[in-house]
This record gives sequence, C-alpha cells and structure tokens, in this order.
Amino acid sequence: MADMKKIATRDSYGKAITQLGAEHNDIVVMDADLAGSTKSGVFRKEFPNRHFNCGIAEGNMMAVAAGMAAMGLVPYVSSFAMFAAGRGFEQIRNSIGYPHLNVKIVASHGGISVGEDGASHQCCEDFALMRSIPGMVVMCPADDAEAQAAVRAAYEHNGPVYIRTGRLAVPQFHESVDFGFKIGKGEVLREGDDIAIIATGLMVAEAVAAADALAEKGIHARVVNLCTIKPLDEELVVKAAKECGKVITCEEHNILGGLGEAVCGVLSEKCPTPVRRIGVNDEFGHSGPAAALLKEFGLCAEHIVEVAEEFVKA
Amino acid sequence: MTEKEKLQLQIEACDLRRNALIAIHACNSGHPGGSLSAADLLTYLYFKGMKIDPQNPKWEDRDRFVLSKGHAAPGLYSALALRGFFPVEELTTLRKIGSRLQGHPNMNTVPGVDMSTGSLGQGISAAAGMAKAAKYLNKDLTVYTLMGDGELAEGECWEAFMFASNYKLDNLCVFVDVNRLQIDGRTSDVMNTEPLDKKLEAFGFRILKINGHDMAEIEKADEFYKAGKGQGVPTAILMDTLKGKGVSFMEDQAGWHGKAPSDEELEKALAELDAAKAELEAKCNG
Repeated sequence: MADMKKIATRDSYGKAITQLGAEHNDIVVMDADLAGSTKSGVFRKEFPNRHFNCGIAEGNMMAVAAGMAAMGLVPYVSSFAMFAAGRGFEQIRNSIGYPHLNVKIVASHGGISVGEDGASHQCCEDFALMRSIPGMVVMCPADDAEAQAAVRAAYEHNGPVYIRTGRLAVPQFHESVDFGFKIGKGEVLREGDDIAIIATGLMVAEAVAAADALAEKGIHARVVNLCTIKPLDEELVVKAAKECGKVITCEEHNILGGLGEAVCGVLSEKCPTPVRRIGVNDEFGHSGPAAALLKEFGLCAEHIVEVAEEFVKA
Repeated sequence: MTEKEKLQLQIEACDLRRNALIAIHACNSGHPGGSLSAADLLTYLYFKGMKIDPQNPKWEDRDRFVLSKGHAAPGLYSALALRGFFPVEELTTLRKIGSRLQGHPNMNTVPGVDMSTGSLGQGISAAAGMAKAAKYLNKDLTVYTLMGDGELAEGECWEAFMFASNYKLDNLCVFVDVNRLQIDGRTSDVMNTEPLDKKLEAFGFRILKINGHDMAEIEKADEFYKAGKGQGVPTAILMDTLKGKGVSFMEDQAGWHGKAPSDEELEKALAELDAAKAELEAKCNG
C-alpha cells in the first residue's frame, strides 16, 4: 500500500462532482469562500453559473441550500467540516434535516490531519453532530474511489447526506469507482477471526497495514471498512463481533459520539462483545504536520498493532 | 383595489383572526400576538397577492411564501384553511398529538406550507435560496417572506440579506412585521434592531414603509415590489403593525406573544372581532 499513488478525498470530490454535474442539470454547488480548498472549485471552473459562493456565512449557506432543495434542485454544499457541521449545525438540523430536504453536505478538512491550522480547524466532532440528526446519512470515505462512489451514491439517495472528506492524501486501495459501493454497506478488506478492526476514513488504510503486520505475528485480524457511519451496517458489525470475539474501532474523530460509539451501541444490544476504541481521546488537537499529529494521537497502524496485541492476550 | 374589495379582504382578515384565536384556545398554547399583527398581510397574500392554487398546492410555478417568523403559524394555517388548502375544522387540531398542524410550520404535512420554519433567521435564508433557485430554473415567480422585527437580531438574517443583494434577487419580497414587541418586552429594550430602513438600505434593498393593517397600502407595497422586478435589487417592506391587532386587550401587549386566551378572554375577543366584521359587512353591502 505504501507504494501506491496517494490522493486526498477532497480532490476525489472535485473530480466526482464535476462529472456528476455534467450528467445532472439539477445539481448546483455551493461553498463558503473555500472552493479552492474543498475542491468545489473544480466544479466552478467547469460550471461557473451553477456554483454559488455564499461568502463566509455557513449557517446562511445551509438554509439557502434548503430553500434550493425545496425548489427541486440538488445542492452539494461545502465548507470545512468544522464550519459546515459545527457552525451550520442548527440550520442543518432544522432547515435540512427536519424537512428531510435533498441537500448533500460535503465537508472537507475533517479530523486532526488538517495539520498546521491547529485545533480551531480540526473537526473531530462532525460524526457526532451529524449522527444525532434523524434521517441524516453520514459517510467518511477511505480512498479516492470510495469518495467518488459516495458522492455519486449521495445523488441517488433522496434526503440529506453528510460526507466528510480529508485534506491529506491517502492511499488508494479500490481499483475503480465501480466496486459496488452502497450507502449503509461496509466491506471486509482482510479476512481473519482473531480480532476485528472496524475503521472509517483514513484509518482504514492504517487498519489494513496493521492487519498485515499482525499477520506476521500470527494474529489474524479481520478489517472492516465502514464508509457509512449512519445507517450502520449492523449485520456486518455483528457478524465480525460474533466470529472474532473482540473488536477495535478506528476513527479520526473523538471517541465520543462517532464510529466507536455507534459500533458499541449495536453490539451492546445485539451481541455484547469487548471493544477498544481508537480515536481522539476527548481532547483538542494542535498544530503540526499531519503525519506527525496522526502518530502522536495514536491514529496509525503501529498503535493499532499495539492495542490489538495487548487486547488479543487480555 | 376598489373600496368593496378592500372591505371584503378586511372581512376575511376578521375570520382569519377569529380562527387563529379559536385554534390557540383549543390547545391552550400558541402565539396570538404575532399571528394577529400579521393577519392582514397573510389575508392579502393568500386572497389576492399570490399566484397559488389550493387544488394543486405543489404547483411548480406558484409563488412561494416562507413564514420566517414561524411562530405565527396559527395565522398562516388559518389563511391556508380559509383559502381552501384544508378544512377549516382542522384548525382546532393545532398543536395536538397526531395533528398535521405542528406548533411551527411543517412543509411535509401541511398543504400550502412551502418551507418548514420556526427557528428564527432561517426562513429568510431558505426564501433567498428559493429565489435564487427560481432564477436558476428560469421561473417567473415571487418568493414572499414574513419576518419579525425581533427576529432581525439573528445574525443569519443579515447574512441572508447580503446573499439576496449579492445575487440580485429582485424576485424576493421581504415583509417585516414591525410590531415593536418580542417575548421579553419592547424590541427597543431587548435588542434594538432599528433603524431598519437605513440598515436594509445599506444591505442593498429597496425599502417601502407602510401601515401593515391597511389593505390598500399592502397592495401598494406589492405593486412597489413588482415595479422593481428587473432592477436586480431585492425589496423589503417595513410594516408598521400592532401586536395583537384587532383584539383591544391584546393590542401592543408583549404578554400576548405566546399565551392562549382563557374561555372568557376568547369570548370577549370573538365578540370584538364579530362586531368589527358586522360593521364591515354592513359597509360592504350598503
């Protein structure tokens, strides 16, 4: 995986939305002065009359998008995750979620891998915020193909969707966009039954690397990629828990409110299983290069291996 | 409008006020003050101003109305019911379990409601989005919205005004129900939002101030808005109104913002409205 060409999922968004826009005239794209960074600017270059900059006013942008959806358009709305999910939360909840309007929020710069900008811009709360809204689909693609597939699947889904993309280039492990992506369906990337590692976003590649390292130590870890955090693929999660007996969750998000808690919620009701949650331990990030931060916060293959080794023995 | 037409609209407004109060009384909760201050505008829009079809509430080319001050829902519901979007008898299910008539408007349950609102400041943004979408879709329609003067303390309103001005939304007509009262008291004491004319003008709006209880002036405001179409400038109509208008003991009283009338109070209010209606009918028929 290390030799692969890396692509940031925000770039995948720019490519996918521009292609999708060419196919569907009802798609319009909005941004709040970050089109260059969220990559909605790629669409703007191709379709300048269908890209609406809302200025630095994310709350207004969300409710404007709701109004556009109420007129039958399909707005794709972007900002950084912190300002889309954070600043825009109540507008998303009341003007998009409650009327179940067809707005697609594609929020870039999720997690601490934002890097040098520091804690004010490192959103580790978006899964929690968006999961709490009834009817909201929450996705965090792991690589280029999955991100493009998620952007396309969002269009086919009628209702609000939140997609988190990342700033940092990540390895590609899907061979093409047509790998059979479905909202609400996870996939098993490595078979194994000593322990299950359930991951989302950029932690998926780390989980795969960890599984490969664990295999060399004789520990056979199953790796489950859950792009869709809500609705959760309960069947796949329960199956992994039943067959492996122990579960580790990995996410670039606060361990409170995200994938880990979603998995724990399902398992505690349907298949009580010991779980270790790897994520940001209820703290703020800080400035630094993304790779160094991920290492420091334990969001890396090495840490997953450590936790898995200890957990398997426990 | 002719004198007779004006009288007919005023009679309709009496019925709207009547039904709003009956509905609020039936569930012992809701917002009479703001419903009554908006009653004349709502009557004008639903009985004269707007291009709508009660038989086809989702007609794509209809004008849109967004009640940004969503708590005036009883007023909006009464206008819709009287105009034939749903049975008037249903109004007394307001705020009750199982009712389509939620405390604040829900676009997915109530025929004729174009946008779910209730959280102040968001309706104007949605209305601006609708107006922008109408332009994108080449639809010649108007998006009307009604805001409260207290609501304008929400920063989002001003973000939406910037958006409307920036995108030259001359198909957006914003009415502000300037009744000068909000839950906690006088708007000038709670958080002064004035001078609204100067502020909105600075945000790029065409402004007209009217008496919000005079049907002829409301029609003039609509004409003023329509005269601006093609100029690329959004319009705001500042309506001088009285909270609780039409019921003597509710008028200009902040206490009636969100309180239901008792049995006796309802009786007294209806008697006043009936008397006003009888007088208008006599004039209309005379």
